[in-house]
Amino acid sequence: MSHINDTEITDAVVAEHGLTPDEYQMVCDHMGRTPNYTELGVFSVMWSEHCSYKSSRKWLKKLPVDGPQVIQGPGENAGVIDIGDGYAAVFKMESHNHPSFIEPYQGAATGVGGIMRDVFTMGARPVANLNALRFGHPDHPKTRHLVAGVVSGIGGYGNCIGVPTVGGEINFDKSYNGNILVNAMCVGVARTDKIFYAAATGIGSPVVYVGSKTGRDGIHGATMASAEFDDASEEKRPTVQVGDPFTEKLLLEACQELMASDAIIGIQDMGAAGLTSSSVEMADKGGVGILLDLDEVPCRETHMTGYEMLLSESQERMLMVLKPGREPEAEAIFARWGLDFAVIGELTDTGRMVVTHEGQTIADMPLGPLADGAPEYDRPYQATPKASEFDAGLLSGAPDMAAALATLMASSEIASRRWVFEQYDSMVMGDTLAGPGGDAALVRVHGTQKALAISTDVTPRYCFADPIEGGKQAVAESYRNICATGATPLAITNCLNFGNPERPEIMGQFVGCLEGMGEAGRALNFPVVSGNVSLYNETNGTGIFPTPAIGGVGLLKQLDKAIGNRFTENGLEIYLLGNSNGHLGASLYQRDVLANDEVFAPPPVNLESEAAHGALVRRAVDKGLLSAAHDISDGGLAVALAEMCIGHNIGAEIIAEGDIGFWFGEDQARYVLAVTADKAADLEALADGLPLSKIGITTGTELKFGDTVTISVEQLHELNEGWFPALMQG
Amino acid sequence: MQASVIVFPGSNCDRDVAVCIEAAMRKAPLMAWHGDSDLPKSDLIILPGGFSYGDYLRCGSMAANSPIMREVVAQAKKGAAVLGICNGFQVLTECGLLPGVLMQNKGLNFVCRDTRLTVTNNKTAFTAQYDAGEEITVPVAHNEGNYFADDNTLKRLQDEDRIAFTYAEGDNPNGACLDIAGICDPSGRIVGMMPHPERRAEAALGGEDGKRMFSGIVEALS
Repeated sequence: MSHINDTEITDAVVAEHGLTPDEYQMVCDHMGRTPNYTELGVFSVMWSEHCSYKSSRKWLKKLPVDGPQVIQGPGENAGVIDIGDGYAAVFKMESHNHPSFIEPYQGAATGVGGIMRDVFTMGARPVANLNALRFGHPDHPKTRHLVAGVVSGIGGYGNCIGVPTVGGEINFDKSYNGNILVNAMCVGVARTDKIFYAAATGIGSPVVYVGSKTGRDGIHGATMASAEFDDASEEKRPTVQVGDPFTEKLLLEACQELMASDAIIGIQDMGAAGLTSSSVEMADKGGVGILLDLDEVPCRETHMTGYEMLLSESQERMLMVLKPGREPEAEAIFARWGLDFAVIGELTDTGRMVVTHEGQTIADMPLGPLADGAPEYDRPYQATPKASEFDAGLLSGAPDMAAALATLMASSEIASRRWVFEQYDSMVMGDTLAGPGGDAALVRVHGTQKALAISTDVTPRYCFADPIEGGKQAVAESYRNICATGATPLAITNCLNFGNPERPEIMGQFVGCLEGMGEAGRALNFPVVSGNVSLYNETNGTGIFPTPAIGGVGLLKQLDKAIGNRFTENGLEIYLLGNSNGHLGASLYQRDVLANDEVFAPPPVNLESEAAHGALVRRAVDKGLLSAAHDISDGGLAVALAEMCIGHNIGAEIIAEGDIGFWFGEDQARYVLAVTADKAADLEALADGLPLSKIGITTGTELKFGDTVTISVEQLHELNEGWFPALMQG
Repeated sequence: MQASVIVFPGSNCDRDVAVCIEAAMRKAPLMAWHGDSDLPKSDLIILPGGFSYGDYLRCGSMAANSPIMREVVAQAKKGAAVLGICNGFQVLTECGLLPGVLMQNKGLNFVCRDTRLTVTNNKTAFTAQYDAGEEITVPVAHNEGNYFADDNTLKRLQDEDRIAFTYAEGDNPNGACLDIAGICDPSGRIVGMMPHPERRAEAALGGEDGKRMFSGIVEALS
């Protein structure tokens, strides 16, 4: 039988591996010879867009990544921030878009599993999962199937491993018809003195493989994630990995047990590009070399080639480097949890990755070029043209206010996500203070009086109309959602989903969104500590809306001060914080009430106001003034008020007067605040010149706007709850 | 008193329930490993929620055959109080300490939400601190919570007053027969229930309706 390395490297073979002729020439230069088939495979995954960030690196460098709260910024498995008293929050968000479109259950499940491994690899115990999901138009024939599969997969994995799924967001838009987005975020908690990193040091230290056995699943997953889709993509189903949350639960517990000792030098999960990327990254970060003997790799299939073992993306596996001599105690822990444990190599001083299999050296490559040698592309980009302002002429003949509000409450973007989140265990671990449905989720730091506030946000239609303002807005909305609970925003992770970067207009969206995100992050002291880029989100040449999802994390130092976003009693005074300019461009009102999809400029973001208004809300919560607070976003003020009524079936009489733009405009930096009458004066004094005005009072079971518009809260509730189940029933 | 929480591979509510027991007993329970064939004599044994052995076979069936369960059954027969929550309830039916079976939810989906429960029997070892007929709110989180038994068994459960909790009218999340949320053995010392009282045992988590399960059993055994 001929060896796979006997395969001749032709132009076609190179193209199949997703390398351009120029890139292949660079590989040959680094190698000093023609690579063999295995080496070509390794280079191709390490240099894939997914692993190398070759199109995005130049722009990612411009994001703010520093701050006194940052312990570890981008570049590790996850970001780490200080939350005081010796605790750290460890978090990241990652995409699993392509696999989820092809096989929604397993694609979403393994996305959740992968992001949790990124977090617990760092020494943290995962405490919360969130998911930012984008599906195609509700009427598209695939949408229901994809929603059902993705939701079931997220639940299937998270529920089993026992980490609560506490929040997230869902959008529906036709731009995702052929390319859904599944972005999974995980937040963990660690002790600041027990953070684990990937870097492997110590020549001769054993390289250890733990977890599940290696199969043929997921080979070239990273390469698939770096290409556009076409009609034949569903034939790629075999490259979707299969998740086993039970094994991951065992792996989590075993790793936590071993991490309590000091036996581990470095640890890295085997995610995209599996054994290849984990070993390359560990050895390269440690400035050493690595020798792998594939005969020692636990396999679940027979006759696997070295190429397959190196590129397999089988799930629930970890690679670690132990202190020499500590193997027996580590093996005992993994054996107790019923997991594979194998010493598969050692660190060397060669600066090379050398791989042996069946007595032969099947690959011998320099580590530096593998890890960092991928070309950095400065792709040409074309800035998105400025959209024109909203055409007020469209409002002639607009429906009356009650009808408009009814439409929005049952809109695909605003309708209650109960059908989804009731399939997620949001309470396991006993620390969920506020689960799905709030502005931000609140999760207690176990055994303390602190809580983490967590939210995922982006408004893709804004990003499409104006990438810079849209990028700012995504960060600002995350900031607002965290402030609305009373927590202080600390840092963000991001998941940057875009189309094909080789098209200048797509690259222009990317550059614009990052510019906006960077500006907002700097202005709000809300740095990026981890993230992921997913490009080539296109099918048959149609790109998605630019979707830079933001996952924000904040800290509430005293959890008993937390507030929710629902009216809690009758007689509360209702205040509007922030300026209302009636901005209807790119609003949900434009899309769903006017049924108009022209591109108009989205609301501009004033970052000074965001910071000032957020600080006011936090101070007011800290002083115990507020009963409820809600950020104003999709659907504007009227929708925010309706949502606040629904929670406890408490109505409101609104005395403020305004036009369509006032009620449904999506001006930024705004909140609705509710206070008991005895605290209203204190709130007004605290505002100290910021735009704060009383707009009404809570009372009864109807939402009344002046004397003319009255809608029962029960009706609003039914509209809001009815849409999702009706969609899924078909 | 000695309390033990059994830890199966895949248990994921073991810590949550241990927190509640410790709060009630002012002493941490023993965390007992599934693979051990010895269990120190325990007055109270908890089978926690989760996905024991991944629940890749029928839920709870692998756990019911684990070494530790021989000890649990033996001690239960000698009078230990046993509480099985969610997956623990499934294990109790699989090992024969309680009758019936937990089938897949009628709606075919996992369901996690608050449910209103009626305490139908306040004479079990765990429910003495509730009023008979009291309505409490406790969440469920399961995919297989649809309690089923044949008619004779259901009749016997009713006749012997062995239905501990029912879902309040209109709030049955899984299609369970007779709206059954929890049952007990004839002695009232072995209770299995799908809802999670350990998730509703402190005000910060939304209420304390579940707390009296733990304070009640500790009071009864102390």
